[in-house]
Amino acid sequence: MQRASHRGRREFLGLTFATTAAMIVDSSRGTAQSAPLHAKPVPSSGEMLPVIGLGSWITFNVGNDPAARDDCADVMRSFFDAGGRLIDSSPMYGSSQAVIGYGLAKLRRRTAVFSADKVWISVGARGRDQVEQSRQYWGVRRFDLVQVHNLLAWQEHLPTLFAMKNAGQLRYVGVTTSEGRRHRDVERVMGQQPIDFVQITYNIVDREVEARILPLARERGIGVIVNRPFREGALIRAMARHPLPGFAGEIGCVNWAQFILKFIVSHPAVTCAIPATTSVVHVRENMEAAHGRLPDESMRRRMVAHVEAL
Amino acid sequence: MAEWWSYTLSDLLLFSPRTYRRLFELYNADIWPAQLVALALGAAIFAVVLRQARWRERGVAGMLALCWLWIAGAFHIRHYATINWAASYFAAGFAIQALLLARAGFFRDRLRFGAPPSPIGRAGLAIFLFALLAQPLIGPLLGRPWRQIELFGVAPDPTAIATLGILLISTDRVAWGLMVIPIAWCMVGGATLWAMESPDALLMPLVALIVVLLAVRRARL
Repeated sequence: MQRASHRGRREFLGLTFATTAAMIVDSSRGTAQSAPLHAKPVPSSGEMLPVIGLGSWITFNVGNDPAARDDCADVMRSFFDAGGRLIDSSPMYGSSQAVIGYGLAKLRRRTAVFSADKVWISVGARGRDQVEQSRQYWGVRRFDLVQVHNLLAWQEHLPTLFAMKNAGQLRYVGVTTSEGRRHRDVERVMGQQPIDFVQITYNIVDREVEARILPLARERGIGVIVNRPFREGALIRAMARHPLPGFAGEIGCVNWAQFILKFIVSHPAVTCAIPATTSVVHVRENMEAAHGRLPDESMRRRMVAHVEAL
Repeated sequence: MAEWWSYTLSDLLLFSPRTYRRLFELYNADIWPAQLVALALGAAIFAVVLRQARWRERGVAGMLALCWLWIAGAFHIRHYATINWAASYFAAGFAIQALLLARAGFFRDRLRFGAPPSPIGRAGLAIFLFALLAQPLIGPLLGRPWRQIELFGVAPDPTAIATLGILLISTDRVAWGLMVIPIAWCMVGGATLWAMESPDALLMPLVALIVVLLAVRRARL
């Protein structure tokens, strides 16, 4: 049954990827946000997702610090106000799940969020309990997406997650990796398992996934979530030593963060990127990248050439 | 962990430097005035080590064991574990160290302090005083708020260094078994600070190295 549905969504993708989808969410703030917010379809369902999400690695792991928790809630408020939906976390991220749950409760946004979490435990039999524990931290009725974190015990976890999906206990299933690790295994899972999403690292200087994983995602109808778009800020810091090229204005970029994010989400296979931040200013800047013109293939080549020449 | 060699220290860091420093600020506020008790214990250890009292070894071992046990529960379990899932393992290590100190020094009376201390013993005493009085000042000197101070007896880093100093004072054969966990913590603490690009990251590993070299030298005497 899973194979059949997989074939079906591939056919669906032939139609949905043929067009660039966009929807207007909130255009009340900022010049760039007067343009529609770019969204892309989840390949397996057609559900539209804004191309910029929100990561929580390190940034939301603030423990029981009440002031820092409120700061994180402010970041989430700005994210939602700008039309954002997908927030990603993991049991590996310390208190991040609980902090997201705090923010969702404070902002009353439990139904607005597209909740993406992970299962991260080496004992497959305990995966279901961990997902339930995570769900309670978030305070959501069910997760939209649960991914196998860094492919840990994926052979055991995926059957559990598919069963939970079939039972309506979650909506999508995925796997993750980061910083170029285990790409052969990722390809194997993508080729053999009916997953909805794959999460990988991709940015303007880490483009290994362009060769095989991103084309495979398109072929198999798998959504792509991009983590560590800024190399945990190192890429922004490195770029900040140089002026933004003049041609960045042609695609509506006013800073390097938008330059980098627009490059990522303009790849046809990418569904969304999930930059993490503790700054309200930065989350607004990031969300601006979901507006205005996205680079075409010619512009993408120009962007790469410029960055490689720096 | 697959492809473990591709991970760097920063890949393993779960929190930001700001969060780590705030952790100590909240911890200090939560346990006040336990810091005063800890400093009094530190002063008592220093005073007892220098005296020819019958119970001094047992007293010192008991006070150190109390500090390690306190840190296991109050710091690692109640606070550090909120941002680092590995803290429960650290707590276990600190509790084991407390038991080892209590067993060797308090119940079995295996620690012996020379009077007066040997040159290496005096170096150990200097290391203890450094942990008690100087190490806590490093943070404020680097511009961190006083509220985030890390004090002997309640914070893990100065307590590990102070314990190593005391163990160097012992005149019997080197208590290697009691040094393993404090030295391991010096490495963990140094690695954490290194991953956060903290300028004092090398301090703890450096002191641990000095202690090991002095202990090896004394073992050969």
